[in-house]
Amino acid sequence: MKLLDVENLKVSFPTRTGVFDAVRGVSFTLGQERLGIVGESGSGKSMTGRAILRLIRPPGRVTADRIAIEGEDILSMSEKQMRSVRGQRISMVLQDPKFSLNPVMRVGDQITEAYSVHAKSSRAETRRKALEMLEAVSIRDPERVFRSYPHEMSGGMGQRIMIAMMLIPEPKILIADEPTSALDVSVQGQVLNIMDKLVQQRGMGLILISHDLNLVSSFCDRVLIMYAGRIVETCRADALHDAQHPYTRGLLNSLPRLDEPRTQLEVLKRDPAWSEAPSVSGAS
Amino acid sequence: MNNSGIDINKLNVWFGHGEDRVDAVRSASFTVPNGGSFGLVGESGSGKSTILRALTGLVPDWNGAMSVAGETLGKSRTRNFYKQVQMVFQDPYASLHPRHSVDQVLGETLQLHGFKDVETRIMRLLDDVGLGPQFRFRYPHQLSGGQRQRVAIARALASEPSILLLDEPTSALDVSVQAEILNLLTDLRAEHNLTYLMVSHNLAVVSHLCQQIAVMQEGDIVEILSVEDMRAMRTAHPYTQHLLQSSLGYVREENNQV
Repeated sequence: MKLLDVENLKVSFPTRTGVFDAVRGVSFTLGQERLGIVGESGSGKSMTGRAILRLIRPPGRVTADRIAIEGEDILSMSEKQMRSVRGQRISMVLQDPKFSLNPVMRVGDQITEAYSVHAKSSRAETRRKALEMLEAVSIRDPERVFRSYPHEMSGGMGQRIMIAMMLIPEPKILIADEPTSALDVSVQGQVLNIMDKLVQQRGMGLILISHDLNLVSSFCDRVLIMYAGRIVETCRADALHDAQHPYTRGLLNSLPRLDEPRTQLEVLKRDPAWSEAPSVSGAS
Repeated sequence: MNNSGIDINKLNVWFGHGEDRVDAVRSASFTVPNGGSFGLVGESGSGKSTILRALTGLVPDWNGAMSVAGETLGKSRTRNFYKQVQMVFQDPYASLHPRHSVDQVLGETLQLHGFKDVETRIMRLLDDVGLGPQFRFRYPHQLSGGQRQRVAIARALASEPSILLLDEPTSALDVSVQAEILNLLTDLRAEHNLTYLMVSHNLAVVSHLCQQIAVMQEGDIVEILSVEDMRAMRTAHPYTQHLLQSSLGYVREENNQV
């Protein structure tokens, strides 16, 4: 069974000048794999991630024919039921640890809170679990980190703490929204490596939302390319560089490359037809 | 005007005193010839932006020798220095005043530099950076990220400088917009015979725009190499090699064990 099944997802926001459609009918499925979603800012990739967790508040509107986690429909769930889905079954890692950790709460308290909300266990047990998780995300001195505040951590440490917090309830699906774009390249590798291990060992499904084409093509199994709220193309990640759609080609060609010097970079010429073409299905 | 661009010799920059002293840049030396383009790469905290800040006089504690366009730099900067050297910042969303129109931003800069024919110069600057006259009375919130960065570049060009300091000029932009800005910078350098000193963490961007590249790690310049050597991965230092490898994408570890 598919871990996640999304059919005809739409997200819209009313504005003074009319309704703005951020996501316009996106369908895809997720198995035990690493699925990448790429696109420019404003293409609706983050909104897709948030809509799956039902994190879009009114006046934003989310509609879909179906959003199901392991066969269970989440659109009809009450807000109370949703709370047991968030964190426990689907987790989300956000872009910048500076803004997603509570600055006035010790790291350890934040992680144990995330766990104790979903599981009934003793304090000692929770603490042991939290330290274990910190170790699993390659933090060398978990005891010290456990006692410290977020501002004492570097960006890479902060992001690993976020991942530890999100993974401690052992979710089936992890949505990572630009998890490494605030990090240096070498730390980026470590963070990805941790997520990679978790997918392989726990059979987790991972959705990696990113604007970095090189990263997605080297890390993921499958890629959805989004443009103006729709999926314009889907392909195997290692075949991304042979993508066919003119938008994908345009994005790839606009990247400066180390191995190929060019005097002028290709500039993307947008075709209005791209946003009118129906969304491609991202089912595997 | 001058045939020496930027010359930096044994530059040290530090913050704090006594026990809290942090050496942000240690004994950095490099030369950028007039009309050349030089890149500084490294990870956050490596001191690459600090060198730019030291050049523009934004850090109080430094020693060593810096000279720009033939002028040796002391504690303060002269008016002529600011005419010669201008900086473009990373985030076009933060570097433009939200309540000043493009016209005000450029007009004020031109006036400060003592130009009389402000009217024609504004039009020419907008034209230089590929924005039409219809953008002249817009406010930053009416512009996209790429258009804002064009305005920031126009502002830097207002004093007719010979040297542009570029601090991560495209890292806040989408790749398609990044390509437009990089092309613009390439064209401007050719048209105005500008000297570039660019800071970036993106090796591909630096290699696109720069002829010589210095790699920095924790305040030290570990290696200075030409772009040809970098493209061919001919590097002497293991850290440069490591950066090059990481910039090519994610490398899956062979045995994945926790």
